[in-house]
Amino acid sequence: MSALLQVEGLHVHLGESHVLQGVDLEVAEGGVTALLGRNGVGKTTTLRAILGLVPRRGRVTFAGERIDGQQTHRIVGRGLGYVPEDRDVFAGLTVRENLELAMRNGSARWELVYGLFPELRERGRQRAGTLSGGQQQMVAIARALLNENRLLLIDEPTKGLAPALVTTVAEVLERIAETETALLVEQNLAVVRRLAREIVVLDTGRVVHRGPASDLDDRALVHRLLGVA
Amino acid sequence: MSTFVLLTITGLGLGAMYFLIASGLSLIYGLMGVLNFAHGAFLTVGAYIAWFADSHFTAIHSVTLRFVLAALCGLAAGAVFAALVELVLIRPLYLRHIEQVLVTVGLSLATVALIQGIWGNDSRLYALPNWTSQTTHVLGASIPNDRWIEIAAAVLLLAGLLAFLRYTRYGLIIRAGVENRAMVTALGIDVRRAFTLVFAIGGFAAALAGVLSGVYFSSVDPGRGTSLLIFAFIVVVIGGLGSIVGSAAAAVIVGLLQQYANYYASSGLGDLSVVLLLAIVLLIRPGGLSGRAAT
Repeated sequence: MSALLQVEGLHVHLGESHVLQGVDLEVAEGGVTALLGRNGVGKTTTLRAILGLVPRRGRVTFAGERIDGQQTHRIVGRGLGYVPEDRDVFAGLTVRENLELAMRNGSARWELVYGLFPELRERGRQRAGTLSGGQQQMVAIARALLNENRLLLIDEPTKGLAPALVTTVAEVLERIAETETALLVEQNLAVVRRLAREIVVLDTGRVVHRGPASDLDDRALVHRLLGVA
Repeated sequence: MSTFVLLTITGLGLGAMYFLIASGLSLIYGLMGVLNFAHGAFLTVGAYIAWFADSHFTAIHSVTLRFVLAALCGLAAGAVFAALVELVLIRPLYLRHIEQVLVTVGLSLATVALIQGIWGNDSRLYALPNWTSQTTHVLGASIPNDRWIEIAAAVLLLAGLLAFLRYTRYGLIIRAGVENRAMVTALGIDVRRAFTLVFAIGGFAAALAGVLSGVYFSSVDPGRGTSLLIFAFIVVVIGGLGSIVGSAAAAVIVGLLQQYANYYASSGLGDLSVVLLLAIVLLIRPGGLSGRAAT
């Protein structure tokens, strides 16, 4: 299977911190690759660096073309969808406006989005800032799905959600994973086990493990890499 | 009663001019985080180009038509100058706020010096249609007609800006960009085009203020932009950075307060009262009247 995304020697400095210290990873076309690690090891920064949202050094190749020298809007225009960690919905805009803003061309997939999140159609005129956390997460995911992307970068989609909503979001992601390729940052290992085909584990700004998602069945390995039982 | 009406309409006219300058300043800061000290230069350039064009459109015999065409030249010059400033000077300094301040302060000083070099330090008289200096009687007060022009221009600009922000894609991008510029970019949008557009709109509005200040004072001088810019900054801070509606409300308050204080308290207290108002707003409501939102 060919690599859709290839990251080589990715370095990021944020202030005094050397957050990413030469990250190397690959995302194969099709399915979900989970990016795991303890808090603060650089998972979110990796996604932001791929998109060019933070100054970075290193080689990033997407669909055979180098994108590390490009600006964020051009990178996204190549077919990368992004669901940020803190949702980052535009609180002052309505739900519909949040989605319309994300449209990159005339062929927006409204039916797909409203099929996955019927509630967003009903709440189209509501200001996004007045939505619950779960609803805001739906908007954030819907924004990324509205366009046909070759790769989705999804950052902690279940963070801070109630257990029932975690299940709902996981089900939506499972449906998405049937047709889309995704690099997923997620702390909830149950969700990762359910969705991921491959895993990449980061520690102190470096990749310390790569393998199939079945590696998560190895309790000793999980404990060593992630500090959880 | 007639005095109060005159003061009120004059205050609204002054507030209208402040709003025309503040609207662009507010959008530029709200979207780009740029404290544009060169904004007064857009005003001055617009006012001077309008005066220059008017004095060269001698083939047009109708004073009103000549003035309108000259004003349009001034507005176009303000918009183009502002867009060029963004493209040439601000864009290379994206996110370097200190350097942006230095460049805009330098540009402001250089523009004044350039205009003084070309047209001298003396005021240049505007050739205005007679009806602008005539008066209209309202509740016993004789209101100079130029006040109505200023108020009408500000109301039209406010309505136009709100419609632009609400109903156009660029308006949507600007409203979102004021909230979270990085996320707009992460949606695949080249936010720099919105930057240029916002500068052009700001330059247009400032040039309109420049032309209308020429109508208000019947002349233009090289320091006009700088003197009005100070009050526009106060309006922007009181109204809330990034908020057009907040700027409009603050401009009305500042204009009226200046007029009332100058007349009912003591001449010269108007400016001081505005500064005091700014201090009170900053203490009680640091985000301004409307907070940070492009509305």
